[in-house]
Amino acid sequence: MASSYSKELLLDMYRKMYLIRRFEERAGQQYTLGKIAGFCHLYIGQEAVAVGPAEALRPDDYMLSAYRDHGQPLARGSDAGMVMAELMGRGTGYSKGKGGSMHIFDIEHHFYGGYGIVGGQIPLAAGMAFASRYRNEDRVTVCYFGDAAANQGSFHETLNMASKWKLPVIYICENNRYGMGTAISRTSAVPEIYKRASAYDMRGEPVDGMDVLTMYEAVKDAAEYCRAGKGPVLLEANTYRFRGHSMADPATYRTKQEVEAERKGDPIPKLRAYMQKHGMAEDSVFETIEEEVKALVDQAVKFADESPEPSLDELWRDTIVEEGEEDVRPRERVLGQKVNWPKYPSGQELKVTWDLEPREQAEAADKKAGLIR
Amino acid sequence: MSTNPYFNFESEPTMPELMYREALNQALAEEMERDANVYLIGEEVGRYNGAFKVSQGLLDKFGSARIIDAPIAELGFTGLSVGAAMVGLRPVVEMMTWNFAILAMDQIVNNAAKLRHMSGGQLRCPIVFRGPGGAGGRLSSQHSQALEANYAHFPGLKVIAPATPADAKGMLKAAIRDDNPVVMFEGERLYAIKGEVPEGEHVVPLGKADVKREGTDVTIITWSRMYYFCMQAAEELAKEGISVEVLDLRTLRPLDEEAILASVRKTNRAVIVEEGWVLAGVGASVVDIIQSKAFDDLDAPVERVTGLDVNMSYAANLENATQPDAPKIIAAVKKVLYREGA
Repeated sequence: MASSYSKELLLDMYRKMYLIRRFEERAGQQYTLGKIAGFCHLYIGQEAVAVGPAEALRPDDYMLSAYRDHGQPLARGSDAGMVMAELMGRGTGYSKGKGGSMHIFDIEHHFYGGYGIVGGQIPLAAGMAFASRYRNEDRVTVCYFGDAAANQGSFHETLNMASKWKLPVIYICENNRYGMGTAISRTSAVPEIYKRASAYDMRGEPVDGMDVLTMYEAVKDAAEYCRAGKGPVLLEANTYRFRGHSMADPATYRTKQEVEAERKGDPIPKLRAYMQKHGMAEDSVFETIEEEVKALVDQAVKFADESPEPSLDELWRDTIVEEGEEDVRPRERVLGQKVNWPKYPSGQELKVTWDLEPREQAEAADKKAGLIR
Repeated sequence: MSTNPYFNFESEPTMPELMYREALNQALAEEMERDANVYLIGEEVGRYNGAFKVSQGLLDKFGSARIIDAPIAELGFTGLSVGAAMVGLRPVVEMMTWNFAILAMDQIVNNAAKLRHMSGGQLRCPIVFRGPGGAGGRLSSQHSQALEANYAHFPGLKVIAPATPADAKGMLKAAIRDDNPVVMFEGERLYAIKGEVPEGEHVVPLGKADVKREGTDVTIITWSRMYYFCMQAAEELAKEGISVEVLDLRTLRPLDEEAILASVRKTNRAVIVEEGWVLAGVGASVVDIIQSKAFDDLDAPVERVTGLDVNMSYAANLENATQPDAPKIIAAVKKVLYREGA
């Protein structure tokens, strides 16, 4: 039985998932060493949810996430050293050490941030999708949030608008079954988050979040649907975090047996087993990838460790845009690498050609409702 | 002649007279014409032509993609517009009143105000949040409050509160062109006020206060609707031979320290008039600026006239008693002048 996927694609997925795993393990270690502070929400166990979509999307599609936000930018190509530097509060971090673990931003790779307020990023994603429609661009926006965020008003308010206005946005709920320490079933009348899409007449589907290929297919399909102007999609990725909510959480609310059982569904060995079953790669290929990734992460930690703290005058920068001030291009600033910076049409170049609510349509609806105009 | 319900200015108009709401409408139309990235979203802004008629006629001019009737979901449509601004659109978000914007405050202060900082300068958020603020009209506690001090507290925002139609137009134009999030308080009771408004390109820079009336004995520092009570008080006091300077702050963040200090150094006395509550009000920060930088220039302690430290009542007499007015301002001026009866 041949696989329908190319070896290159699958190896890339493997490499990215393994990178996130090793990176997060080292981040956890640096936290216990006191080099990373604040909250540090590790992604271990959820790698497939970031990597499948990253492979399915175009590089210019927008993405944003919540506070468990190290995995997605790494999956999209962000520099591991600069992410680690951000976690350590160094001036070479993506946000010059001003954002920390919960606020990774890499605009060059169209990663528009991690956000610390539960559900606060959900409307932002709809707005970015709205901008794409406004400018008649066919890019989609992917927004990650946790299961607990689905109980926030921001979720419901936004799904209503996104569906009504057919915005090209894919909402990926990472259902890892716990909102911090509280099981989702204890706080939700309907714990199957995908079902809530039906309340807004939009497409909603459950997806196996422990399988990178299922995530890949689901997002590829959803992106096509969005690009065709059919409206938003809600995907519920059923996944599991192997570690606590954050490094500060020993996760005593779960049984050892539960965690052990879930660990058997680890998405990384699963992909490896799939590839071996289809005769796509020898052990040595995986070993080579793993060695390369370990070296890369070592280098990232070393880079961050040796980087200076931000200078104190940074306190007074990046709060208000001064006239004529340029935006910061982190990789250019830190590594001296030329970057592609997103450019948006000026107001003069832009022609807004679509209607949110065409006049005839609105008037027909009024007539149908018996309203006289 | 002005049809200002608070105060009649006796001067011949040299420019077209517009109502405050018409001045805002003109600013919106001109900026939308100039820049297709600008859109307006809010409750009833489209087919209803605006709850306070600020957006009158704009839907017909610009279509439903740019004049957007939002659901009654303040957090949702505010956050949506912050997202649009993150990728280069220039939204104007109309709050039907600032009382409702309390529901959207997370998006304004936790996202819009902090995006640039949290991203280390990668992002900018060119957005205007605007709508009527302030008390009055016997609407009781939930609809009658001056909330600008809340927003003035947050770094990353600019906060403006123009008093006159001309400033309303010029400052809204400047706000739309600004690359930072701007919170604009209009006066719910000011929309029908008329005043001269320059036509076309009239942009009033943000962060600059304006001496609206020159005087030598005492400075009254104020903004938004209270400005009219201050002018009324100044006229009354002039009859008693007291020369009052009225400084309209116009922008509450950043505060125009230079203008505040220049005026106080000239008159050596100051009264601050604020519609909002006394505790942690904007006026408290103005006092702080004066006492820390111009203490030696003061001939009397600075006085504050503010709303009473209570919630707003429905009953007409209680509502009136809660708010600053000309007699209270006159009393405060006399107090800093050590006049009898104060």
